[in-house]
Amino acid sequence: MLSYVIRRLLLMIPTLILVSLASFAIIALQEHFNGDFVSQLKLNPRVSPETIERYAKNLGLDKPWYVRYVKWLEGTLHGDFGYSFAKRQPVGALIMQYLPITLLITIPTFFLVWLLAIPIGIYSATHQYSLADHSLTLLSFTGLSVPVFFSALVVLYLLTNWGYPAVGGIFSQQYIAGSAWPWTWSWGKFVDYLAHLWPAVLVIGAVGVAGLMRIMRGTLLDIFGSQYVQTARAKGLPERVVIYKHAVRNAINPMISIFGQSLPAFVSGSLLAAQVLNLPNLEIFYFQSLQPPDEYVIITVLTFFALFLLAGNLIADILLAWVDPRVRYD
Amino acid sequence: MAVAQAPGQERAGGESELSQKPLLTPGQLIWRRFKRHRLGTLGAFIIILMTLVTVFADFIGPYGVGQFHQQLGFAPPTPIHFIYQGRFSGPFVYGVVRTFDPNSGAAFFREDTSRIYPIRLFVRGDPYKLLGLFPTDIHLFGTGQPDSSDGQLFLFGVDRFGRDLFTRTLMGGRISLFIGPLALILILILGIFFGGLSGFYGGWVDILIQRLIEVLQSYPQLPLLLVLATILPRGLSQGVRFLGIILILSITGWTGIARVLRGQILSFREQEYALAAKAIGASDWRIIFHHLMPNTMSYLIVISTLTIPGLILTEAALSFLGLGIHEPATSWGLLLSAANNIFALSNHWWLLIPGFFIIVSVLAFNFMGDALRDAVDPYASIRG
Repeated sequence: MLSYVIRRLLLMIPTLILVSLASFAIIALQEHFNGDFVSQLKLNPRVSPETIERYAKNLGLDKPWYVRYVKWLEGTLHGDFGYSFAKRQPVGALIMQYLPITLLITIPTFFLVWLLAIPIGIYSATHQYSLADHSLTLLSFTGLSVPVFFSALVVLYLLTNWGYPAVGGIFSQQYIAGSAWPWTWSWGKFVDYLAHLWPAVLVIGAVGVAGLMRIMRGTLLDIFGSQYVQTARAKGLPERVVIYKHAVRNAINPMISIFGQSLPAFVSGSLLAAQVLNLPNLEIFYFQSLQPPDEYVIITVLTFFALFLLAGNLIADILLAWVDPRVRYD
Repeated sequence: MAVAQAPGQERAGGESELSQKPLLTPGQLIWRRFKRHRLGTLGAFIIILMTLVTVFADFIGPYGVGQFHQQLGFAPPTPIHFIYQGRFSGPFVYGVVRTFDPNSGAAFFREDTSRIYPIRLFVRGDPYKLLGLFPTDIHLFGTGQPDSSDGQLFLFGVDRFGRDLFTRTLMGGRISLFIGPLALILILILGIFFGGLSGFYGGWVDILIQRLIEVLQSYPQLPLLLVLATILPRGLSQGVRFLGIILILSITGWTGIARVLRGQILSFREQEYALAAKAIGASDWRIIFHHLMPNTMSYLIVISTLTIPGLILTEAALSFLGLGIHEPATSWGLLLSAANNIFALSNHWWLLIPGFFIIVSVLAFNFMGDALRDAVDPYASIRG
């Protein structure tokens, strides 16, 4: 097992290098077609070409992209992820500033989604073809069909017209000052955070609940048809035991593999929700760095996302081996 | 299987049973099972209806897509009345007057009930080409008033620039609804090509393709799409940009299909008919694409209908974020981006209407895909 994990971790390295290389090539293409970070200055007649040239030289933009990429790659080895042109700060420090907001939003959403979706899926499967099951199925289909940004807009519309104060951002004005890492928390700040949090959780989580409950329902229904469930029923076990000890226990395994695959949806959902609800998270920071290309921010955050997804998949595989004794990695 | 047995026909046994059974092709069997799925047929019906409406959008919409009414920016949906001064007068609208609230200074629209403007069928308006071929200026309905006159009919209200949202929503469907199937074609080509090669040849071809898929799947989809969309040069014409978006959607969308096809081809290629084809000297190309791929057809049909809704949602998200379709073209996501402004949104709820078109079309495709999945499964028999 340990050797398997180590092998997987080692295999991640070339993948991440390829991901970062491809990302940088994409940025280079963008710079080729739409101009690099300093090219916007050329529109300003008061800035002389010499100034622009000097500025570009300062930022290292006079060198070809592959040279800049290799330099970035070298830097990552000792924890230097380059420099943000727009924010004039090291990228590492900026990520440390935005990542906590992402975690503050994503972790509660994640747990809520799983805590809701599993019981709803079980309920739906055990009451198959009942009115509740049909309604839940219809609801989940609808949940999967609503764009995240649209539900965010609707929530924003309802909350502002209702006069709800804590909409937009993740902290109110008076608490923002203390929100540089490491944070100072107070009870008031925590309540303020919760008041801002729930609309975001609702918007980002709805799609997740809809998708996961359908998978849970389907998996469980498949298992209800299997012979060991029939056996369990035939030997007179109470229905509760049949469902929770025999069926649900086995339905959890495929759900764990889903865990890894569900992570990208959280990234995409957070980005769209953040755009509407004004959440200063890492996803929206990435989006705002795209144009004009703040290249070290883009490449670092993209590689970071990839690392996050690969790690998520690895954790899912490890969990699966731990939960399901039939799974062996040798 | 008892699938093809018509009601009333009992098992007669022996050869007579075979001859009496109505012989159905697999396609007819699929169609039969599909029809039983009510939500699926509803979905298919909605898709056909929406497609027709979008194709004839410039006829059904009372205005031109770029036609604007300067004085009427952010006018709400026009109420339709039937009774004027106690008498039934058919559907009609009033003119609207922009007034200012003396207390808050906010603008709002008041109906001017002194004159009515009946809604008529087949009125003359903005000129356009029906189906892109026949020049005409007849619109399905409207009040037939000139732009500067009172008595305009805005079913979904008006945007910031005074353009009719109903017309723009229908026209937006042309991009939002058609981008999915178009991108799907490219996705299928890429998926079949790479999946087929990877599964059939194995070896270093397989390793190379799997590595490529792995790298592409290591990105979360939306951030990758966004950075790819920034490549599209500014100042591209509307049509080229549309094609560019399709290209981006397909580059990021084929990997899942290729993975599944690889697995299927891997298992088919060892079967006897594949070996037989090889023995009579069929080329690799012929074996992959004429002998093996047709077996994956049921998977391809289902995954196609289930991929389209995702593509519709993705295009909407891209356009909403400003990296998809640009003005003056229009799509549902782009129309919704006008609502991403707390002032515009909180006072003008009708800006959200295009969102319901996204939901309904995605829902319809999902229903249809779900029904097709049951229908194409050759092992499923008709249930009750």
